[in-house]
Amino acid sequence: MGILSHVGRFVLLMSRVFRRPEKFKVYAQQFWKEVDAIGLNSLGIVAIVSIFMGAVTTIQTAYNMESPWIPLYAVGLAVRDSMILEFSPTIICIILAGKVGSNIASEIGTMRVYEQIDALEIMGVNSSAFLILPKILAAVLIIPFLVIISMFLGIGGGWIFGVMSGVVTTYKFVYGITYWFIPFYVTYALIKTVVFAFLLTSIPAYFGYYTQGGAVEVGASGTKAVVYSTILILLCNLIITQMLLA
Amino acid sequence: MIRIADINKSFGEKHVLKGITATFEAGKTNLIIGQSGSGKTVLTKCIVGLHSVDSGQIHYGDKDFIVMDFKEKKQLRQEIGMLFQGGALFDSLTVEENVLFPLSMFSDQSMSEKRDRANFCLNRVKLDNANKLFPAEISGGMKKRVAIARAMAMNPKYLFCDEPNSGLDPQTSIVIDNLIKEITDEYNMTTVVITHDMNSVMEIGDNIIFIYKGEKWWEGSNEDILKTENKEINDFVYASKYMRRLKAAK
Repeated sequence: MGILSHVGRFVLLMSRVFRRPEKFKVYAQQFWKEVDAIGLNSLGIVAIVSIFMGAVTTIQTAYNMESPWIPLYAVGLAVRDSMILEFSPTIICIILAGKVGSNIASEIGTMRVYEQIDALEIMGVNSSAFLILPKILAAVLIIPFLVIISMFLGIGGGWIFGVMSGVVTTYKFVYGITYWFIPFYVTYALIKTVVFAFLLTSIPAYFGYYTQGGAVEVGASGTKAVVYSTILILLCNLIITQMLLA
Repeated sequence: MIRIADINKSFGEKHVLKGITATFEAGKTNLIIGQSGSGKTVLTKCIVGLHSVDSGQIHYGDKDFIVMDFKEKKQLRQEIGMLFQGGALFDSLTVEENVLFPLSMFSDQSMSEKRDRANFCLNRVKLDNANKLFPAEISGGMKKRVAIARAMAMNPKYLFCDEPNSGLDPQTSIVIDNLIKEITDEYNMTTVVITHDMNSVMEIGDNIIFIYKGEKWWEGSNEDILKTENKEINDFVYASKYMRRLKAAK
């Protein structure tokens, strides 16, 4: 199947996903389940990755700025900007594409293989909307919060490990993270997070929904879902950055 | 009543259904039989709209299914119950929640009324103590019964069963067959059962359609099937040594 066919089928699927739900109450229950599955269950991995990213960025930045002309507070500034602009929104979303995306693709793919999606259709339920809409909405709502938490934890991790390893003092680090703060950077980060959240749920859902075959194909859908959503996240990152920051 | 006329369906080069015409009457257990790969499941999926047909007509009562839009099809499907080969129960829901699911989606009844209806359906299929169990915790026969209860929950006019006995022992198969027969009579449903189990054919086959290589080859009752001289159907019915010996003894 060519790329254009995939795009066309994806657009058609999304047009069915964003139809009026049969019953808001049932969809709302699904939505809160997904908030738990996508958001709260990812908190641990987000925290670990963010703290270590912040810590490594601090140490690497400090060791790469040996010139006396560069003030030490630049370490805090570099950690803040790299976490807010790139690491938290992009890297966290790529990690979530792996964790959440493969889960979505295999869950929906298994439902397809075991005829559960057919069962929903026979009941008169819009299966695409019922299975995919709550996941997209939950991700678009909860992943920006995860990214904000990641920003704080990354900067916090950088501060703690920076001070512990002696590459920066608390005063210089805190001065750096408050120096020339541009609030639009956070807005930019959240805008791209919302786009990435849509991609990392809708693309795996697409591959899962159109799975055909058995266990091997379900596995293949999970792999394709992660690969394609990661590539599209990187592509959209470039486009959004060019549009909003250039 | 469901009427289908001149149904054709191909997958790429492969012509799977070739001009099938049939009528499935209400209050009767209509069986579609045939060898594996003959097109039985594809035909059923075409009738319920899971596959689109290349040409032909499908009428539910006086409603033309082919010309219906998305909304009308959704409406009609609330009158259809389907029992899938593997049960197709939702793994994350308990037995009771599975039966409650269509009611939660489409019924405006109170929660206690919905629960009463779900429990009634579960009692009807003789599953009283399994409400809180998950599909992974119950046997194959129980899964089929839960699937029947779920299919019954919305009081469907039409019931489709795709190989309801596959993977079941002969005794449980008879229980499932009898259950299908009983609810068909009780609610005057139009029931279509796909099977290649000769026990089912003899037990519940009011009207039997034999599909051979994508074509309707023969139609009759469970009494007619033993008398027919049609070679293909005889090869199918008397495939086992036991059945051949039985025929010779007659």
